[in-house]
Amino acid sequence: MNLSDFQIIYDERDSVITGIQTTLSLVLVSGLASVLFGLILTPLFFSKVGWVRGSIEWLCSAMRCSPFLLFVYVIYFGLPSYGINFDKYTSGLVAMIVYHSAYMAIIFRSAWVDIPAEILEAGTAYGFRGATLIRRIIGPLLLMRAIPMVGNQWIQIVKDSAYLGIISVFDITAAFNSIQSIYFNPFVCFIVAGLLYWVFCLLIELIVNLVARYARERIA
Amino acid sequence: MNASVQHESKTHQAVLRVQGISKSFGDNHVLKDISFDMQKGEVVSLLGPSGCGKSTLLRCINWLEIPDAGHIRLNSERMGYAVNGTKVGDAQLSKMRSKIGMVFQHFALWPHMTVLENVMASPLHVQKRNRKEVEQEARAVLKRVGLEDKINMLPSRLSGGQKQRVGIARALAMKPDILLFDEPTSALDPMLVGEVLEVMRDLAAEGSTMVIVTHEMKFARQVSSRIIFMDSGHIIENRSPEEFFDNPQTDKAKTFLHSVQYK
Ligand SMILES: Nc1ncnc2c1ncn2[C@@H]1O[C@H](COP(=O)(O)OP(=O)(O)O)[C@@H](O)[C@H]1O
Ligand SMILES: [Mg+2]
Repeated sequence: MNLSDFQIIYDERDSVITGIQTTLSLVLVSGLASVLFGLILTPLFFSKVGWVRGSIEWLCSAMRCSPFLLFVYVIYFGLPSYGINFDKYTSGLVAMIVYHSAYMAIIFRSAWVDIPAEILEAGTAYGFRGATLIRRIIGPLLLMRAIPMVGNQWIQIVKDSAYLGIISVFDITAAFNSIQSIYFNPFVCFIVAGLLYWVFCLLIELIVNLVARYARERIA
Repeated sequence: MNASVQHESKTHQAVLRVQGISKSFGDNHVLKDISFDMQKGEVVSLLGPSGCGKSTLLRCINWLEIPDAGHIRLNSERMGYAVNGTKVGDAQLSKMRSKIGMVFQHFALWPHMTVLENVMASPLHVQKRNRKEVEQEARAVLKRVGLEDKINMLPSRLSGGQKQRVGIARALAMKPDILLFDEPTSALDPMLVGEVLEVMRDLAAEGSTMVIVTHEMKFARQVSSRIIFMDSGHIIENRSPEEFFDNPQTDKAKTFLHSVQYK
């Protein structure tokens, strides 16, 4: 490892920047979308209708127990045989969103179950019900209670995005892989790539900690 | 003229009628044929040893727990049922519940809302009243319980006594026909009990209709118009405070008063 290795990376900064942009947009979009879809799915776990509860349990369980890479293959290679064609980036994004929405839904369900019963009961006693109960009382509480777990999941999202190089999405990992394959400097390339992911995760932790501090005095 | 006749008849009508309420949890027969009436402005203290079913009875009154048998009538409207005898839906039930103010032992404030938001929540989002008016009234009830300077605080920043006064303000803001208190001072440091009892004493003096489950015997004697004493799911005494405390009729009540060290 010497300085010229870093010089090479600097010279190839265009592909590095493209890679960073791709990873960033994948993470941002799927990070936010999975929270949104997770929130939409969560009430189904508590539906009064048995088959609704059953279906969501099975779906999320299946999703959680399938390897992410396999799921990406299903979307990218499997769906076209049913006439559904996404480009690489969209396939990757759809896979990320669907997969992690299931995780988020599971996270929010456990946060919901953990809300002290008395607080929810006070809601019922004061006439809250259905959507109003969820919007005014359950929703804000479960969101704030879930923050640390959502933060962990976002870090998982950052790391899972690196798999998408397999279907030729040009993310950070793919960018550095292409550089090292030309200049034969894999060690430095992958270390720098690793550092970039680390910075991403540190940023996430920073944001999560700030929000968690806001939430801490509001959850019980 | 019609209106005045109606008004006349209402004053003679019980605010709350509990009629033959029974409730079991599995084999545990918790409430056995409980009946009593409450007139407007009456304060009833509900006493009895721990586990005798006091909380369950309060929870049946506002339909948080659905009794196995019996009726609850609030201003002659039957809880949980429409006039034609069919079970009501959630929407109607929610409307009925918002006529009953409940104060919980562990406060059960909504921790993500400020004091003012806690008090405004139900009038605003359940009763769907005008925000300006609701806020004005919320500030007024908070002043009444002595918390006008804590309006924008989160519950986690308050002492237990302050939390419980918010709990009471939250109940008052709905302009309920009746207030239910389930051991409102049991979770408080002894130092903080007084401030809560004082608020409740004012409410009683102002003519609020209240059911109070409490272990504060002196207080119960002072504010109550009637004492209902329960034992293993039955009402075994239902009398004036003087009669109950000075001359309890049943051995159970005597033992109970002895155990709470009421002289
Ligand atoms: N949700 C419930 N499920 C099962 N048993 C209950 C439930 N709520 C209360 N009980 C039982 O009912 C009895 C009366 O409880 P409770 O009404 O809380 O008594 P009190 O408030 O007088 O102390 C107790 O034996 C308690 O264990
Ligand atoms: Mg109790």
